[in-house]
Amino acid sequence: MAKQSSIEVDGIILEALSNAMFRVELENKHEVIAHISGKMRMNYIKILPGDKVKLEMSPYDLSKARIVYRYK
Amino acid sequence: MVYFKTDHEIAIIKQNGILLGKAHAEVAKEVKPGVTTNQLNKIAEEYIQDHQAHPSFKGYVVGGRKFPSALCISVNDVVVHGLPSAYHLVEGDIVSIDCGVYLNGFHADSAYTYAVGEISSEIKDLLKVTKESLYLGIAKAIDGMRVGDISFEVQHHCETKGYTIVRELVGHGVGRNLHEDPEVPNYGKRGMGPKLKEGMVMAIEPMVNLGSKYVKQGTDGWTIKTKDGMPSAHFEHTVSIRKGKAEILTTFDYIEEVLNKSNIAIV
Repeated sequence: MAKQSSIEVDGIILEALSNAMFRVELENKHEVIAHISGKMRMNYIKILPGDKVKLEMSPYDLSKARIVYRYK
Repeated sequence: MVYFKTDHEIAIIKQNGILLGKAHAEVAKEVKPGVTTNQLNKIAEEYIQDHQAHPSFKGYVVGGRKFPSALCISVNDVVVHGLPSAYHLVEGDIVSIDCGVYLNGFHADSAYTYAVGEISSEIKDLLKVTKESLYLGIAKAIDGMRVGDISFEVQHHCETKGYTIVRELVGHGVGRNLHEDPEVPNYGKRGMGPKLKEGMVMAIEPMVNLGSKYVKQGTDGWTIKTKDGMPSAHFEHTVSIRKGKAEILTTFDYIEEVLNKSNIAIV
């Protein structure tokens, strides 16, 4: 049986919560709570509300997301 | 976490692979126009249970839901995870049957795409290329190579022949759990991904579309279909890396014996 790998979606940051978590609005108007990925933390990339970002989500649990890229 | 299996455990999976091959063959005997996919599912389920094993997919919990049947029966534009129904197979259809066997604590997973009656030559070619890419990918499953080498082989072979690779679905490790690490995508770059080591057991499963690579989720929550409605082929073997080389634990021999007897061309 094939496994679904994580899906990549784009979204816009709505607000910054504590612990490097953010409320993000996806293209399909859903809102999720996402955390910033370790790679971005390591490279000191800051995210502010209004930024357009790329998220990785598990197809099996659509409430969890990870922010992997910040667009220019 | 990648779980490495001992020789003894790989032998158990190989035994399961033989039973799985025979279960596939029982289904292969009945693949013809007019049969319902429910009937095919029943044949496999009963065969596996008669041999004191358990069909891996039945009751498999994913995303909080249980998969309801023993087989994934995916007709034409359904890529994978098709559910058995009262649908009657029609001449010209292709149907890919994915099955798993759980016995003695381990799973085995394999899939084969069948032609129902006569199919067009371009679809026949799709099946042939997908199957070839599986074996080309398996040839790269050697100690010291990486997952990306397998992925690149599959992608390169299928895309140079003009077909497209599904991105969202991937192969996977197999063992005590049906889906384990590592993920084995069918697209990738050489030299990337986890390193392949002795004792790894993986299911390599090229999923290849005739049309575009985009897929969508069906309304039943399980079925994955091609977005443009064109057919999709799927072949899968469970492969282990032992003594530095790839060893195919599942088998298509029984299936091909049945297809030979009924004079169906093997792609």
